[in-house]
Amino acid sequence: MAKTPLQFSHNGRDVAIFVDGGTNLLVALRELIGDMTPKFGCGQGGCGTCSVLIDGELHLSCLTLAETVAGRSVETLDGIKDGPNLHPLQRAFADNFAAQCGYCTPGMLMAAKALLDRNPQPSRAEVIEAISGNVCRCTGYEPIINAVLAAASGGRARA
Amino acid sequence: MTRHRGRGIASVNYPIGMNLGGDPSQALVHSNPSGKFTVALSSIDLGQGMKSVTRQICAETLGVPVEDVYVDTADSDTGPHCMGSFASRGTHRVGNAVMAAAREARGVMMEAAAEELEVNAADLETDGRGNIHVKGAPHRSISTKDVAIAAQFKQGKTISGRGIFLVPLSDVDPETGEMSPATCYAHACLVAEVEVDDETGEVDMVRMDSAYELGRALNPRLVEQQLVGGAWMGVSHALYETPEPYYPEPIHGPRDFVEYLMPGPGDICPHDIAVLERPAPDGPFGAKGPGEMCANPVLPAVANAIFNAVGVRIDDLPITPEKVLRAIKAQGGARPQPRR
Ligand code: FES
Ligand code: FES
Repeated sequence: MAKTPLQFSHNGRDVAIFVDGGTNLLVALRELIGDMTPKFGCGQGGCGTCSVLIDGELHLSCLTLAETVAGRSVETLDGIKDGPNLHPLQRAFADNFAAQCGYCTPGMLMAAKALLDRNPQPSRAEVIEAISGNVCRCTGYEPIINAVLAAASGGRARA
Repeated sequence: MTRHRGRGIASVNYPIGMNLGGDPSQALVHSNPSGKFTVALSSIDLGQGMKSVTRQICAETLGVPVEDVYVDTADSDTGPHCMGSFASRGTHRVGNAVMAAAREARGVMMEAAAEELEVNAADLETDGRGNIHVKGAPHRSISTKDVAIAAQFKQGKTISGRGIFLVPLSDVDPETGEMSPATCYAHACLVAEVEVDDETGEVDMVRMDSAYELGRALNPRLVEQQLVGGAWMGVSHALYETPEPYYPEPIHGPRDFVEYLMPGPGDICPHDIAVLERPAPDGPFGAKGPGEMCANPVLPAVANAIFNAVGVRIDDLPITPEKVLRAIKAQGGARPQPRR
């Protein structure tokens, strides 16, 4: 089958790849671009660990056809840190012990970032709503919710 | 439709590790010429904190800063044998093995330092900041790095240690059937409060209060993290998840995360935890371990809370709305029990 050329912005850098028809964005990011931060959990929209931002909006990359991001901007966990400095959300996750095995963490961080980008001072209920598409086996969610609230309040309170 | 509140309690007496084959774990510790130490294990850390805790145990035993210890886990090709990460055994079994290995390595390190400082090893002490000095004479000092270099390039010594922890295997007494399957027990008590809808059979968690006695908490934040997360695995087993909902019939088994139910962030409730520290005589620095037992008291406490709320006794997990509803129907309606 003929491959399709595809160009988009990946964490602020222009990338050009060739994809087979039907390739999903998660596979394109991991296998063709080599960005391993979006994880494969279920491949069918049930777990959220593949979450990325497309033009600033939260999407499940496993359910997104790669070709649909042509010319758009894709942001993954790999792009949220500022050089050697962790993103405030990453810092808050570490401070609040919000990751154990870490498999859900990339998706949780991207869902939280999407929330804080549009609503910098969310309520607890809004945080819960924002991460409700993400499954975590280890933490019981409480530390994750606290981390997002702490990042929103400038990392001060352990809410 | 009425929503009924109920409260249930459960306590557990939890044996750390198991009796099978003595339940051994091994550790190897060696220094690199940089004066940093590597701990080789084949124990696995899935996020519970085994790497952090064994690192702390090794650093404390060697008398070096925690930053100077690197723990290499989970490769059974290159690491010494371990039974595995289960039964709350990691901190206790692996920790004890690491402690033994670090003690042996410390002995060699002190001998090598003694040779460099031309004193008796018994007269030396570590300052925990990367130096070894003569007791009472801190100026007669050498860094662990210089000791490692001297051992490697001059003295021809490996600063290394081997450790194993093995519980004596307990046989069953043929007369009485008695045995002692574990040497170390942790304890917990948990109170669960639930709300049961007598029209839908749904159970909501309202709050949990618990107390855990698990020896010394070597890393209190990691202990808390285990207790917070583990309780929700308990709730999940009590109310949501199973691979075979109609066991032994394999029908309607879940095939994905949509059908395999687990609590989501909207299902959680406040959980107040008290940690009681009662150091274990045979634990590393008194530690037992908060692993599997984090989930255990939750299941019976939730089942008891449901009984307290609507008077139905369900002894088949998970306690799904269907089971609650059938049981309520069978007894002709909800029968809230007195709250004590
Ligand atoms: S991998 Fe995309 S939602 Fe699970
Ligand atoms: S930290 Fe393990 S799944 Fe969330």
